[in-house]
Amino acid sequence: MIERLQELGKEALQEIKEADTVKALDNIRVKYLGKKGPITEVLRGMGKLSAEERPKVGQKANEIREEIQSSLEAKTTELEEIALEEKLKEESIDVTLPGKEIKRGARHPLTAVVEEIEDIFIGLGFQVTEGPEVETDYYNFEALNLPPDHPARDMQDSFYVTHDMLLRTQTSPVQARTMQKHHGQGPVKIVCPGKVYRRDDDDATHSHQFMQIEGLYVDKNVRMSDLKGTLEAFVKKYFGPERSIRLRPSFFPFTEPSVEVDVSCGICGGTGCRVCKNSGWIEVLGAGMVHPNVLEFSGFDSNEYSGFAFGMGVERFALLKYGIDDIRHFYTNDIRFLEQFKRA
Amino acid sequence: MLVSYQWLKDYVDIDDLTVEETAEKLTRGGVEVDVLHPRSEGLEQVEVGYVEACEQHPNADKLNVCQVNTGEETAQIICGAPNVAAGQKVAVAKPGAVLPGGMKIKKTKLRGEPSEGMICSLQELGIEQKLVAKEFIDGIYVFPESAKVGEDAVEELGLRDTVLELDLTPNRADCLSMIGIAYEMAALLDREVHQPDCTFTAADQSAAEAVSVQVDVPEDNPYYGAKIIQDISIGPSPLWMQNRLTAAGIRPINNVVDITNYVLLEYGQPLHAFDFDRFGSNEVVVRRANEEETITTLDEEVRTLSAEHMVITNGKEPTALAGVMGGAFSEVQEDTTTILLEAAYFNSSRVRKASKDMGVRSESSTRFEKGVDSGRVEEASARAAHLLERYAGGTVLEGTVEDDFRSDEKRVIETEPEQLNKRLGMDLSQEDILSIFRRLQFTVETEGNRISVEVPTRRPDLRIEEDLAEEVARLYGYDYIPTTLPSGVTTPGSLSPEQNKRRKIRRYLEASGLHEAITYSLTSPEKASRFLLEEVPGTVMVSMPMSEERSTMRTSLIPHLLDTVQYNRNRQINDSSMFELGSVFIVESETLTQQPEEKKVLAAAVTGTWEIHLWQGEKKKTDFFVVKGILEGLFEELGVLDNIQFVPSSRKELHPGRSADIVLNGRSVGFTGQVHPSVEKEWDIKETYIFQLDLDAILAAETEELSYAVLPRYPSISRDIALVVDQNVPAGDVQRVIEEAGGPLLKQVTLFDVYEGENLEAGKKSLAFSLVYLDPERTLTDEEVTKTHDHVVSELTEKVQAVLRQ
Repeated sequence: MIERLQELGKEALQEIKEADTVKALDNIRVKYLGKKGPITEVLRGMGKLSAEERPKVGQKANEIREEIQSSLEAKTTELEEIALEEKLKEESIDVTLPGKEIKRGARHPLTAVVEEIEDIFIGLGFQVTEGPEVETDYYNFEALNLPPDHPARDMQDSFYVTHDMLLRTQTSPVQARTMQKHHGQGPVKIVCPGKVYRRDDDDATHSHQFMQIEGLYVDKNVRMSDLKGTLEAFVKKYFGPERSIRLRPSFFPFTEPSVEVDVSCGICGGTGCRVCKNSGWIEVLGAGMVHPNVLEFSGFDSNEYSGFAFGMGVERFALLKYGIDDIRHFYTNDIRFLEQFKRA
Repeated sequence: MLVSYQWLKDYVDIDDLTVEETAEKLTRGGVEVDVLHPRSEGLEQVEVGYVEACEQHPNADKLNVCQVNTGEETAQIICGAPNVAAGQKVAVAKPGAVLPGGMKIKKTKLRGEPSEGMICSLQELGIEQKLVAKEFIDGIYVFPESAKVGEDAVEELGLRDTVLELDLTPNRADCLSMIGIAYEMAALLDREVHQPDCTFTAADQSAAEAVSVQVDVPEDNPYYGAKIIQDISIGPSPLWMQNRLTAAGIRPINNVVDITNYVLLEYGQPLHAFDFDRFGSNEVVVRRANEEETITTLDEEVRTLSAEHMVITNGKEPTALAGVMGGAFSEVQEDTTTILLEAAYFNSSRVRKASKDMGVRSESSTRFEKGVDSGRVEEASARAAHLLERYAGGTVLEGTVEDDFRSDEKRVIETEPEQLNKRLGMDLSQEDILSIFRRLQFTVETEGNRISVEVPTRRPDLRIEEDLAEEVARLYGYDYIPTTLPSGVTTPGSLSPEQNKRRKIRRYLEASGLHEAITYSLTSPEKASRFLLEEVPGTVMVSMPMSEERSTMRTSLIPHLLDTVQYNRNRQINDSSMFELGSVFIVESETLTQQPEEKKVLAAAVTGTWEIHLWQGEKKKTDFFVVKGILEGLFEELGVLDNIQFVPSSRKELHPGRSADIVLNGRSVGFTGQVHPSVEKEWDIKETYIFQLDLDAILAAETEELSYAVLPRYPSISRDIALVVDQNVPAGDVQRVIEEAGGPLLKQVTLFDVYEGENLEAGKKSLAFSLVYLDPERTLTDEEVTKTHDHVVSELTEKVQAVLRQ
C-alpha cells in the first residue's frame, strides 16, 4: 500500500511539474486529492490493514498529500507570476507619447510685473492704493504743482473729457488724494499702480495707454538718502543683488530735488553694450523729494514733514525683463504672445 | 539743443577732457547728453584746391575737365557740377579718401578723360541738405577767397568736431545757449567762463533820433530794445560762423541773419533784424493784434491774428509776430543797408499761444516759451552789434531805444547747512556748501549759519530752498549721498481685501485655462453701446479724440475681447480663451458733470476647442457648460456660489437659447452665454462664449467665514431617482425641489443623466439624480431614508408634475 501511495505521489508531482495552467493544476488537485481520488481510495482500504501498519500508512498518506499540496501551491504561485508578468507586458505603453495637457492660462506680463513690484514694496511696508482713471485737472496737475500753462496741461498732450476733467496722465493724483485723506498726519507710505493715458500715436515705443506704478513716502525727517536706500533695496530685489543704482539730476514739477534713477546694465554688467547704448546704465525710474508745494496743497506742513516719491513705467520694466521689442504687444493680446508668460 | 564741442571751448577750458568725458560730466550734472554726433569720422585727404582751369569735357556736355591745384601738385579732375568754374577754391577729395556715404575716391577715367579725385559738395562731405546754404545746394561748395590752398578742407569746414545733442528738462532753459552750458560746465569743473566780446564803436548819431519804441502791454513785453545799425553790406558771414551755425542745425543765409542766429545760440536770446528802410515808419509799437488782423510772415504765409497774439508794428501795421517770426515786407534783403535790431523779453505764454495757434515752432519761439535770461538782453544786443560792425560793415548808432518794465528786485533764497543736510541726509560743512555756490557764480552772503544766495537772472528755475538743495547735491555729486532706510515708525505693508480678491480671481482663472488680456480703455461710441451690464445714460467722451476708434471710455469689456478673438482668428489662431479684469466708465447723467463711476468688471471670451488630446481621441469644443463650470468654480472661490442663480436670459446680443443672467441674492450681477450668431457674424468670429460680471457687486456680497465641518463618522445611504418631466421644466428647478424636500438628511444631489427622444413621450424628458442621505450623529435606517425619499418623490410629483420612471 505504501508503494502504491509513493507511486501516486510520484505521478502527481510529475503531472504538477508538467502543468502549464492554473486550470490544469486545479484538475490535478481534484484528481489526486479529491474525495474520489486515488489517495482517498487507498485510505478507504486501510480497514483491511493491521493495527500496526495502519498508522504508518496513514502517516505516509498524509505526507504524500502534503507534498502534493505544497507542490501545487508552489506551482500555482509560479504560474500566477508568469501570468501576471505576461499581463503587465501586454499592458505596457509607450511612455514617450505626449501626456494630456492641463489647460492653463498665462498671467499678463504687465500684471506679473505690477504684482512683483507691489510685493517688493509691501515687504518694505508700503500699502497698495488705487484711484480713478478719469481724474480732475486739480488732482492730476494742480495739486502736483504743475502750473496752468505747463505743456502737459495742453489739449494736445492729454485726453481731456471736459474742461476740468481728463484721463489721468500719471498715477500721481492717487498720491495727492491719499495725502489729503491723511489730514496732515503722517506717515503715508503707498504704492499706486494703474493705467494712464497720453495723447501719443501708438508705435513700437509709444502707447496712448500705458501703466505706471508710483510710490510715496511722507513722514517727519524723510531724507534724500532714504529715497536712495529704498530704491536701491527695490532695484536689488527686482533686478538682482549684483545690480547697482545711480542717481542723475532731473526735473519734475512735483519733486525737488528730482532725479532719474539708472540701474547698472544687466547684459554687460556696466562695461557698455548695445542694450545700454554703451553707457553701462539703463534708465528705469524717476524720483525725487516731494515738492513743498505738493505737501502744502495736500494739507501737510512742509516744515514738519518731508517725503520722497518715485514712479516707473510698467511696460518699460516688462520690456527690460523679458526683452520684448514692441510696446503694442501688451495690448493686442496675440495668444502666441500671451501664452509665453505661463510661468511669469 | 545741439552743442558744438569745439565752439564750447571758446567759453570754458575743456581741452583736457575728451568729448565723451564732457558729455558724461554734463549728464551726471543733470544736463543730459542724449547722443554724440561726430561731424566727420575718418574723413581724410580732402583739401582746399584751386581750380586753375575748367573746360568742357570733349565727350560729355554736362562734364567739365578741371585742373585743380592743391598746393604741391595740380591734378586733372572731372566735375559734373553746374557751378564749377576756374578761379574757385573748392574741396577736393583726393584718391584714397573715403566720403561719409562710403564712397571711395580712386583715380579713374570718365568718358576717356583721366580724373584724379573729386570736387565735393557739402552734402558729399556729410552735411544735411537742409543746412546747406541755398547757393550751394545744387552744386559743389566754393570756399571764400580767404581759404588757403592745400589746407585740410575738413578742418576749414569745422567738421573735425562732435555735436552734443542735449535732452534738456524744461527747467533748464538756461542751457538753450552756449554760454548757459559754459556756466554749467564751468561750475562742474570749477573753472572760469570766458565772456564773448561785446564792444563796438558807437557813432555820434543817436538811435533815439532815428526811432521811437512804445510797448502797450508791459506784462506781455517787459523789455523791448532797438538798435539802429547803418552802412550794412549784405554778404556771406565768415566761414567759421557758418560752420558753427551748421553744427547747431541752422542754415547759413547772410551775414546779418547769421549774426542774429549766432547770438541766439550764444546767449539764448532771440534777436530780429528789420530792414529799417522798409520798416514803414520811425516808430516801433508793440501791441496786441486786432481781431482778424493779418500779417504776411517771411515764409510768405498770410496769417490771421486775434487779440490773444502780440505783434510788433510800425504804428500802423504788424511787421512781426512777436517772438515767433518776422514779417515779409521788412525782411532783410540783398540791398539792405540799415537795420533795426530788436532785442526783447517777451512773455512766454504769449509767445506759446501764437506759436501754437500758427503752428510755427522756431528757434526763437522755443526759447521765449521756455524763458530767456531777462538780465542779458542788452548784452546779447551789444554782442550782435559787435559782430555786425565787424562782419557786416555796420555803423552802430549810439544807444538803445527801449521800453523797460522789468523789475530790478533781486531773487534771494536763504538756507542753513543744517537744513540742507537734513533734506539730503548728508553732512556737508558750510564751507562745502559755499564753495558750490561760488562755482555756480551765485552771489552769497553769510551771517552765522545763515546763507543768503542771490540767484542770477539766468537761473529763473531756482526759487526755494529745495532748489538750492538740488544745486548743492548735484554739484557735490549724487554718488556721495549715503543710502539709508527710513527711520520713521514701522508700517505694515498690505493689499486691501479687494485687491487680494482680485489677485485670487486672476490666479483662479489662469489655473482654469484662461489667459489674461489687457485691452484699451478707449473705444468707439458704437462699441461703447454694446454688451452693457445695464443701460447707461451717458458715456465719457474725449473732447479731442485722436480717432473715432479711441474716442469713448469703455462701458463693457466684451467688445474689445471680441476684437481680440477676431485678431487671433485672422492669424489662424482659432482656439482662444481670455479674460480681462478692468474698469468700465459709467455716467449717471446725460452729460458729464462729475467724475464717472468706475466699475470693476470681469469678463471673458472663449472660443474653439476647449480640451484636446488627439492621439487618445479626445477633443471637446467650448460650450456653454465649459464657461458655466468656470464661473461656478469662481463663485465657489469667492464664497457666493450658494446665492448664485443662472436664469435664462433675453439679452439681444446673446444666443436666445444659450444664455443666462447671473443673479446674486436676487440682483442681476452679470451674464453669460454664446454670442448671438448674428453678432458673431458682425465680428467675423465663430461660436464664442462670454461672460461679464459686475465685480464690485460680487465682492461686496457678504460671505460666510470659512470654517471646518466635522467629518462624518457614520455611513451614508445613496438612492438614485429617474423622473420624466415636461421638456421645458429647467433641471435647476427640479433639483431645487429635491433639495428642499430632502431636508437636513439629504447631503448631496447629483444630476447624472438627461435624456430626450426614443421611448419617451414627445415633449418630455428624463432626468436622473443620485441622492446621498446622511446623518452625522448616527447610522440612518433604511426606513428613515425611505420615508424622506418618498416625500421627495411626492413633492416632485406635485411641484413639477414629475413621473417616476420605472
